[in-house]
Amino acid sequence: MLTLEQAAKRFGETQALHPIDLTVAPGRTLVVIGPSGCGKSTLLGLMNGLVSPDAGRVTFDGTVLTRETVTAVRRRMGYVIQEGGLFPHVTAAANITLMARVLGWERERITARLGALARLTHFPEDALVRYPGELSGGQRQRVGLMRALMLDPDVLLLDEPLGALDPLIRFELQAELRAIFSRLAKTVVMVTHDLAEAAFFADTIVLLRAGRIVQQGGIEELSAAPADPFVTRFIEAQRGHWPDAGVRL
Amino acid sequence: MIPARSKLAAALMAAAVLLLCAGPAQAADEIRIGSKKFTESVILGEALRLLVREAGLTVRHRRELGGTAVLWNALLRGEIDAYPEYTGTLRAETLARLNLADGAALEKALAARGLRMSPPLGFNNTYALGMAETRAAALGIARISDLLQHPGLRFGFGNEFINRADGWPALKRRYQLPQRDVRGLDHDLGYRGLAAGEIDVMDLYSTDAEIAYYGLRVLADDLGHFPTYDAVFLYRADLETRAPAAIGALAQLAGRIDEKAMARLNTAVKLGGQSESAAAAGFLNARLGLNIEVAEASIWARLRQRTVEHLTLVMISLSAAIALAIPLGILAYHKPGAGRFILGAAGMIQTLPALALLVFMIPVLGIGGPPAVVALFLYSLLPIIRNTHAGLAGIGTPLRQSALALGMGLRDRLLRIELPLAAPVILAGIKTAAVINVGTATLGALIGAGGYGQPILTGIRLDDTGLILEGAVPAALLALAAQGGFEMAERLWIPRGLRARAET
Repeated sequence: MLTLEQAAKRFGETQALHPIDLTVAPGRTLVVIGPSGCGKSTLLGLMNGLVSPDAGRVTFDGTVLTRETVTAVRRRMGYVIQEGGLFPHVTAAANITLMARVLGWERERITARLGALARLTHFPEDALVRYPGELSGGQRQRVGLMRALMLDPDVLLLDEPLGALDPLIRFELQAELRAIFSRLAKTVVMVTHDLAEAAFFADTIVLLRAGRIVQQGGIEELSAAPADPFVTRFIEAQRGHWPDAGVRL
Repeated sequence: MIPARSKLAAALMAAAVLLLCAGPAQAADEIRIGSKKFTESVILGEALRLLVREAGLTVRHRRELGGTAVLWNALLRGEIDAYPEYTGTLRAETLARLNLADGAALEKALAARGLRMSPPLGFNNTYALGMAETRAAALGIARISDLLQHPGLRFGFGNEFINRADGWPALKRRYQLPQRDVRGLDHDLGYRGLAAGEIDVMDLYSTDAEIAYYGLRVLADDLGHFPTYDAVFLYRADLETRAPAAIGALAQLAGRIDEKAMARLNTAVKLGGQSESAAAAGFLNARLGLNIEVAEASIWARLRQRTVEHLTLVMISLSAAIALAIPLGILAYHKPGAGRFILGAAGMIQTLPALALLVFMIPVLGIGGPPAVVALFLYSLLPIIRNTHAGLAGIGTPLRQSALALGMGLRDRLLRIELPLAAPVILAGIKTAAVINVGTATLGALIGAGGYGQPILTGIRLDDTGLILEGAVPAALLALAAQGGFEMAERLWIPRGLRARAET
């Protein structure tokens, strides 16, 4: 579905990403994880063209991402960021339906789709007329997700989607989000710094460090056969100082 | 909200165009008389206007247009048909380079420019220097030569006198005057400076009403420096064919106003509180046996006219500035190279004093509304460009990336996301521009654009606080109304989501 071939990116003096090869399988969930500044958001940016590679190339469903193709490709990808990245000057409903209106969808089709998404994400329909500033953090995140899903994209990209939420709401949303992913059977790429979250969602985990992929595989693989001492250290650090943490690692 | 905004912009433009059409239109066969910005010139202009009107012609008097250069150029360009002038000014200042020997040479030089000079009106309003009587007596000064003994005296000269070839520079050379404390000020303010003891010596016109009122001593021009300043009317030669009756009206004034009569008229207006029209009509009725009646416009009629003029200046210039500045601000944001140039240029215009900008416009656009509108337009650009740019640049990366990631094109991003997000900042810029514009437009009166500046200008000339307030109060109220109006617009236009954010 999505392929990176020797894609690399440098910001000034910093090599944010060394040449990377990565394939995202259709219908699967891939989670990119790593410490702050490891290049995980840059990697996600490469996938929808918000970041253009200095070298190598990114291919989506057979199309190489270029200035000319990127806009069409983005409309087949949903993108969710922390806090939802909602436009504060329009209501939740207007945020969600923005692109559909740009593309000239019929009113009935938009209304129907909006209703379906609200049900899917358990979002109260009467809150759709509120502005983002009037919603709770969890609600904003649901609106961000609905906006990303509006055009029924092939791929969903999520950059720390739950990072700004308090733990209880986060826990709740994680469960809902995973249910949604499995129901929609979409290709998902998620960035997080939380290993528990990664383990919960991922078919495949990609562990990044300083712009390079350290290891790729399932959580059991990373845990049982670490490719590098860093993998073990990273897992240990995430387990924390509470040995009986109720997280299944 | 985009369609609503563009509808409103269209309505604003339409209103501006309507106002422009409804504003002082110029009939093709209208006789236009100009006058300089001092009382005597305005009275003479009024006298001629009344006579031309009596002759059955359509006539308009554009009062207090400015100094000699403004009137002279307006006459050359045909923006006015006639204005009162002094022979000494023509020979020693306006046409000084020609070294005109006598009246005949002067007439020839004027004819070469398509101009004519009326017969002298009958008085010589020469320059003189004056001092407060008590001060002059204490220092024993009676003649200009006596000033040589008192190098510490403070001179305050009218802005025209201080720069004119026949004014202070020549006088200083002729008498070898040593004084260094010489400042330029408005002629009418000079009298008050003299009375208050802030200056010791000022320039006078020999028919000034204030000479008697303030008890001033006129210093004898013992070296005979100042030339004769016979009052005449200058008019365009084509007036003879276009409106012979107007020439007839001019001829009626020939030799009819002597120095005493002129000084009395000046006194009646400046100190007696009579209007220029009433004073001129009274004189013409008594001297020429006419029966002219002048209807004084009521304060409300005057206010209405000034308001229309002022709003016309503000609305046209501001609408045009908005229409250009917002696209320029967008361009400046999207192309940083061009942006530096655009912001730099607009900033440079802003540093020009408003008065200078107005005067720069005269050679290009003449006098009246158009140059004032252009100057105000240029003046209003910077706040709007800068705020448009700042509003766009202030949009956070997450929002910018969200718009991109949705797959929106440049146009949709601009119209649906970026401009609406920047709207509060842009609107604040327009509000600033509007308030500055309303205030600066009062200066438009200096170049004949009318508006609330006109009564302020006349009020300063006549030392009439009531008249100054008649312009200053509505101007201040209009500025407040503009401010309030834009704050209302903010509540109407800016969606709740952005306001809520601004409050937190």
